[in-house]
Amino acid sequence: MRITQGTFSFLPDLTDTEIRAQIEYSLEQGWAIGVEYTDDPHPRNFYWEMWGNPMFDLRDAAGAMTEVSACRKAHPQHYIRVNAFDSTRGFETTRLSYIVNRPTNEPGFQLKRNEVGGRAIQYTIESYATEKPEGSRYK
Amino acid sequence: MGSQAERYKSGVLPYAKMGYWEPDYVPKDTDVIALFRITPQDGVDPIEAAAAVAGESSTATWTVVWTDRLTACENYRAKAYRVDPVPGAPGQYFSYIAYDIDLFEEGSIANLTASIIGNVFGFKPLKALRLEDMRIPFAYLKTFQGPATGIVVERERLDKFGRPLLGATTKPKLGLSSKNYGRVVYEALKGGLDFVKDDENINSQPFMHWRDRFLYCMEAVNKAAAATGEVKGHYLNVTAATMEDMYERADFAKELGSVIVMIDLVIGYTAIQSMAKWARRNDMVLHLHRAGHGTYTRQKNHGVSFRVIAKWMRMAGVDHIHAGTVVGKLEGDPNVIAGIYSVCRDSFTHQNPEQGVFFDQDWASLRKMMPVASGGIHAGQMHQLITYLGEDVVLQFGGGTIGHPQGIQAGATANRVALEVMIKARNEGRDIWNEGPQILADAAKWCSPLRAALDTWKDVTFNYQSTDTADFVPTATAS
Repeated sequence: MRITQGTFSFLPDLTDTEIRAQIEYSLEQGWAIGVEYTDDPHPRNFYWEMWGNPMFDLRDAAGAMTEVSACRKAHPQHYIRVNAFDSTRGFETTRLSYIVNRPTNEPGFQLKRNEVGGRAIQYTIESYATEKPEGSRYK
Repeated sequence: MGSQAERYKSGVLPYAKMGYWEPDYVPKDTDVIALFRITPQDGVDPIEAAAAVAGESSTATWTVVWTDRLTACENYRAKAYRVDPVPGAPGQYFSYIAYDIDLFEEGSIANLTASIIGNVFGFKPLKALRLEDMRIPFAYLKTFQGPATGIVVERERLDKFGRPLLGATTKPKLGLSSKNYGRVVYEALKGGLDFVKDDENINSQPFMHWRDRFLYCMEAVNKAAAATGEVKGHYLNVTAATMEDMYERADFAKELGSVIVMIDLVIGYTAIQSMAKWARRNDMVLHLHRAGHGTYTRQKNHGVSFRVIAKWMRMAGVDHIHAGTVVGKLEGDPNVIAGIYSVCRDSFTHQNPEQGVFFDQDWASLRKMMPVASGGIHAGQMHQLITYLGEDVVLQFGGGTIGHPQGIQAGATANRVALEVMIKARNEGRDIWNEGPQILADAAKWCSPLRAALDTWKDVTFNYQSTDTADFVPTATAS
């Protein structure tokens, strides 16, 4: 399967030129770029590991691309996303978030059905990858 | 006006002379201001008509009453302070009326509207009356909860940023069994939509009872979440005959793990506020379908404009509100829709007569409401939709998903690909208004569902004249 989190997951994987264009757009909006990675792609895993703090003072897309490349080099089989943070009053949140690296093989998720009272079912989504400890997934 | 004794002599006085017309009045920051479009009966002076509206929507009755003199009645009288002819509409006038904040109960849309649109709309000296806009003072806004979740928190919960959300309404809207209904939900969500939606008149009918629908829909939602790794949702419509029934349905939706529930505008303002409080207490996004609004929002000379309804709904506390598409099958002048979207999404809405927005409005940090565009839209219009509506919006393609020749999943995928490719192009600095069709055609080369969608609906447009349009054109000088 292909995990479709992020703004552009239904498109072919973005090339570096395309990633750079999105970073440039974000910087033009005055947003700060942050790079994050994980090997636990559960849809409610909100806190991916930060590849350093968001780059608040960086205004040059090349610098952000350097961090993307460094993160990829360190974690070639992790999910990596680029976030853009907007500190404008009334937003103060992520404005753009897209995957720029994913493992070769994505086993996906198991849907567990816990049959409780009557016909109601409690659902749990579990990533097949997270059956293994952190760091040893997606090898 | 003469002495107090003169003023309160028994009999009938013109409203303007009773103190409801004060041309020199400067509204206080704490006043509620209403802008009415009045069409007086032939021979009725517009100023007297405006004063009558002020009177009938505040303290007045048709004759002088001595009991006014037991009160600080100056405070409680609404004051018409300005009457302008409507440009290009002979016989119609914009009248500005200010109301003291103490005329209204804290946090109550029912109370606010009982005054502002209470008796006055049936008043005989007027042929027609329309509430065009309101300025709600900061102090009064602070007594309202506002959207239970709001755009920012909704996006954070769903983990979806940078693009409009995608939805569809299950079709046919009536007649499917619960199990078949859930099939549509699963296919659409797995194919790429974020939300599927019950329609406004899906409640608990003989062909499909609500509990059954909720159970199958949540199976579909969770199965699609596992298949995609995304948070998915289905707006479970909890509209019912009584508050008790609605709470029961909403509680069941929560128990099953739904992220969103839905209500219809026809349940009434008080029920909406109750559900908004329930939604805030239960971490739930609250979707509002504006069922019924066209009966009073569409005609320009009489009723309540939708921008006012949108303001009231933001105060009442809903998170999603159907607010027009511009390009779809339902009423929607581009300027008027832009004004309504501002009301939903701004922190501060600036006066903009060309968009029908008559007042500056500070939203007092009330959360932002997500507008929903639904009705006769399809993937081939993506560049127009994004240009007109921006990215904080839910685009709902019902027929445009379920009617896809290759099936529902393919329909959903076509919409999602069209959306992502257009946002990507916009961010890259391309002129999507003009290049949009080419951008879609290029994507269709590698995405056959999009190709099929473009071929099927390429010529579908709804070009009819809007009835609800702004009265000011760009050439008018802004003061």
